[in-house]
Amino acid sequence: MSYFRVIPRLDIKGSSLVKGIHLEGLRVLGSPELFAEQYYLEGADELIYQDVVASLYGINSLEKIITKTAKNIFIPLTVGGGIRNEDDINRVLRAGADKVAINTAFINEPSFINKASKMFGSSTIVASIEVIRSKDGRYLAYTDNGREYTGKDLVEWVCEVQDRGAGEIILTSIDNEGTGEGYDLNLIEKIVKGVEIPLIVHGGAGVLEDIINAAKFTNVRGVSFSSITHYSLLKKYEFSKNQNIIDGNTEFLSYKKEFKNFKNVSINDIKKSLSLNNIPVRN
Amino acid sequence: MTDISIIDYNAGNLFSIKSACEKVGLNAIITGNPEVIINSKAAILPGVGAFGEAMINLKSNQLDKVIVDFISQEKPMLGICLGMQLLFDKSDEFGSSSGLGIIRGTVNKFDFKESELKKQIPHTGWNTIRADEKDWSKSILSMNNQNDFMYFVHSYYCTPEDKRNILSMTNYGGIDFCSAISYKNVFATQFHPEKSGEKGLNIYKEFRNLIS
Repeated sequence: MSYFRVIPRLDIKGSSLVKGIHLEGLRVLGSPELFAEQYYLEGADELIYQDVVASLYGINSLEKIITKTAKNIFIPLTVGGGIRNEDDINRVLRAGADKVAINTAFINEPSFINKASKMFGSSTIVASIEVIRSKDGRYLAYTDNGREYTGKDLVEWVCEVQDRGAGEIILTSIDNEGTGEGYDLNLIEKIVKGVEIPLIVHGGAGVLEDIINAAKFTNVRGVSFSSITHYSLLKKYEFSKNQNIIDGNTEFLSYKKEFKNFKNVSINDIKKSLSLNNIPVRN
Repeated sequence: MTDISIIDYNAGNLFSIKSACEKVGLNAIITGNPEVIINSKAAILPGVGAFGEAMINLKSNQLDKVIVDFISQEKPMLGICLGMQLLFDKSDEFGSSSGLGIIRGTVNKFDFKESELKKQIPHTGWNTIRADEKDWSKSILSMNNQNDFMYFVHSYYCTPEDKRNILSMTNYGGIDFCSAISYKNVFATQFHPEKSGEKGLNIYKEFRNLIS
């Protein structure tokens, strides 16, 4: 039996946890280690750290956050953002990550997938695929947080990454990301039949039902989400108070604003709801 | 004296294992130095990657002999993942490679007949463990319960000759395999207890309790 995975994704900028909409307009929410530890204790199956501005900061600051996190969190940690070569992979793994998620470098040089999975084992290599729906209804893969169009057709790219040895795919809908309008089920439907490696979907979870709808596709092996649980943690613990946040837009924290698109949901709520819908989860 | 040596032979990331040891209050060191290892109270044999290459690395630093000596002193040893497999006689990886020969048995690859299941290798993710012949009390699993979830990443599994040594079994894709074993002062898990949440940390706590 295979168990459905529940995976909070933490977007990181510098040393802060941030959240945007469509991967843009980032707001600071707090310190990633604190959120990560809380998710770990609540029963998350894995965590994803995505450095959303790695090209500006390099991976030095990310390494420190990974190490700090890995000291207290004993579940698999996938790290993505700005990983360009074998040396970067090595550094991130040595810092305490278990898997790396790579988008831009794989698209620029697809043979890097073969090289990386051979060197580090396919179970360590996650292909991150970020897509935007074009006006004619086709889904196209983008890099650099949806800024650069790659010319790759989604379905072809999915086949290619798995043939080249990626161990897993994280599929992000940039259109839905941060909106709380639900996962793009059309998008999932489009690729799910051709996927033989574990597929994790990301982008759009606002209420529990969104997660259940995505989990009902047989080949979707896990969901990743951010806002749906971040905002409730923020409210519950008022993390921001004792944190020393130096960079980014922190204005949001002082508003205590709520989002109508996001229900207050915990990891436990998500798992309970999956179980009730006959989707087996780790407990 | 160092409580515990995590044996370093260039086989993957040892950071999480060290963190787990420290979390349960053990003074841990990552080392490939035979003297440090032999003088510590307990040792962990970790590992990810290929069996044959791991044995070559161990031998080139004489660590194979150090491990056998360490175990003969009746000090607690914990093998994890590939570190469990290395304790056995041999693996059928790429023909055949000899292991440390501490526990009788072989290491075999998941052999799924249908080609559609091919992509299910490696076995990656959460799966449950259940007791077999051995009782879990007085073992590294004594704080754990039947069907606790553990985290696995592997393509090969151990088949011990003496079933009485089996602590736990796990089923993957219809294949029942040994997921934890104990033999005298040697304990080993196919899963990664340092990646298995609080249930996994229980194993580190029990291992700590064995250290005198």
